[in-house]
Amino acid sequence: MTLQLRTPRHQVSPKSVLLWTMQAALFWLVLFVPQLVVFLMVNEPPTWELALLIATLVVGLVHTAVEPSWRYRVHRWETTPDAVYTLSGWLNQEWRVAPVSRIQTIDTKRGPFQQMLGLSTVTVTTASAAGPVEIEGLDHEVAQRLVVELTNTTQATPGDAT
Amino acid sequence: MTAELPAAPELTEPLTEWHRLHVRMLIVRPLNEGIAMLVPIAVLLITGNGEKWRLFASGVTVAVILAFSYLIWRTTKYRITDDQVELHTGLLTRKQVAVPRDRIRTVDLTSKPGHRVFGLSAVRIGTGQQDTPGTDGLTLDAVTSEEAERLRVLLLQKSVTPRAVSSDVPGSEPVAASSEVISQLDLKWLKFAPLSLSGLVAIGAVFGLLSNYADDLGLHPVQDLWEWLFEHPSFTLLTVAVIALAVLGLVLSIPLYILQFWNYKLTREPDGTLRVQRGLLTTRSVSVEEQRLRGVDIQEPLLVRAGKGAKLAAVTTGLGSKGESNLLLPPAPLTVAHQVSQDVLKVADDPTLRKLRKHPFAALRRSMIRHVVPWVVIAVGLAIFAPSWAWPIPVAILPFAALVGWDNYRSLGNALDDRYLVTRNNSLVRSTVALQRTGIIGWRIRRSFFQRRSGLMTIGATTAAGAGVYHVTDVGEAAGLALADEAVPDLLRPFLVEG
Repeated sequence: MTLQLRTPRHQVSPKSVLLWTMQAALFWLVLFVPQLVVFLMVNEPPTWELALLIATLVVGLVHTAVEPSWRYRVHRWETTPDAVYTLSGWLNQEWRVAPVSRIQTIDTKRGPFQQMLGLSTVTVTTASAAGPVEIEGLDHEVAQRLVVELTNTTQATPGDAT
Repeated sequence: MTAELPAAPELTEPLTEWHRLHVRMLIVRPLNEGIAMLVPIAVLLITGNGEKWRLFASGVTVAVILAFSYLIWRTTKYRITDDQVELHTGLLTRKQVAVPRDRIRTVDLTSKPGHRVFGLSAVRIGTGQQDTPGTDGLTLDAVTSEEAERLRVLLLQKSVTPRAVSSDVPGSEPVAASSEVISQLDLKWLKFAPLSLSGLVAIGAVFGLLSNYADDLGLHPVQDLWEWLFEHPSFTLLTVAVIALAVLGLVLSIPLYILQFWNYKLTREPDGTLRVQRGLLTTRSVSVEEQRLRGVDIQEPLLVRAGKGAKLAAVTTGLGSKGESNLLLPPAPLTVAHQVSQDVLKVADDPTLRKLRKHPFAALRRSMIRHVVPWVVIAVGLAIFAPSWAWPIPVAILPFAALVGWDNYRSLGNALDDRYLVTRNNSLVRSTVALQRTGIIGWRIRRSFFQRRSGLMTIGATTAAGAGVYHVTDVGEAAGLALADEAVPDLLRPFLVEG
């Protein structure tokens, strides 16, 4: 017999792919554009500068094309009356479990890109400095419903959360 | 004496009126903080040949420090009510902190030399309720030592009493009248001082401080030294420098050990706290509520381990991050560390002595790659970009890196007993943590791309105490999940499948 972690039940919103694409594109643009400017301004730029420029472009394009959809296939979440369970990452993956009886706060937050796409991130914190469980890229209504549901179950569960 | 304090009823009488910090802080704060300022002031004066503006600048600096110190004193007040400790501080930004008394987990009394001359102590009250360790609670800097001692007893006693009734900790005894000594400094432990390399660390710190000041004066000794070395590469000189540094480190480490750990004493107090007292010039007394102790961490720096020694740290909530406040035992013989661990946890056998399950062979491969590859990369980089004498250095380090990689794998291990999860990690500072299973409040299970290919995982047990998460590194997937499932019944079970 081999024990395995099963995948959590729910997928995040498909719009997350767009969100992650935008984030990745922005990251690589910030790296690429200054290099390009320097490359065009300087007379007779050295070859290593060209090499670095092309490398940034290629890695950036591949990453932006591959990572978001890969991530979307990985990211999953689930809540039960007793626990919150998530899976995230792409190359490196991480499962997080937090028991409802230990939940201290439940927050939602929406970055600028997320607001454009109507997405939210739900963060569940416990007393551990290393323990927050984040569910990124939920549809706003789903997030709202999840927060209400978690708040109710947390209040119904006794314990001082430490 | 502490022994009769808890019995006296008037001590539990809460103060409700506001108090100021002690007026002697007007002098003590500049003294403590001024020591760091003395160097630049002295430099300013000495290098100046008595120019007027330099004298003026020094005078202004001193005046500003004094005025600042007065303002802090003037705007700070505290009081202790039935339910909470309140502290008001700040001139421009008024800050009001209130800590509920039933949330107080630790009380840390620190007296720096300046404090001690004037009989004062700083009181740090920790609750462990914040996201970042060490930012919770509040500090009263400072009150008289008697007042600090009284507060320690008052605050911790209050926080224990309501819980003592419903206490279900096995082996908890009825409140004894006096404190029980668990461990005390033995001068034979001094032999671990050089092994802990604290002397070298101190040299590094002083060096960093000095070169900071030098930078301010427009000197760049480090840079000059490097440039000079590049121009006159001399193997003999380098060897002599390394040996001189090592000897100086060895010599310094003994007084440092004495400075930090003189009068070290670990006691179990009648109010249900563990108390560590230590220090020659700066004295510290750290009290930890025993019920909040979530485990211990046996730390063995490489050389200390070679000398069969270890130090012991508490895994608990509410301690500051500064200056090893969680230390239960300074570097001492390993047998002593295990004995103290057993006494502190009140168990028949120290859980950190359990036979640990080995991790799979694939973990060795990962450990070797992680330790060796960076040095290969550095060597190649230096061979291409640096003068030809540079690249053999990382190559010479390679065998040691490989040994550390191998030892790191040997360190890995885990065990479970009826109350503790035990996990061991690292080589340079080997750490064996026994974490109370009931203190685990979640799991963080990681599998990197390469771990997946090797069938490994890193299981992180999250907890409110200590570092917040403790890892079982590179354990076999099925074994790791079974461990987590058994350690906290029913938490992981619904998410596990067999296949």
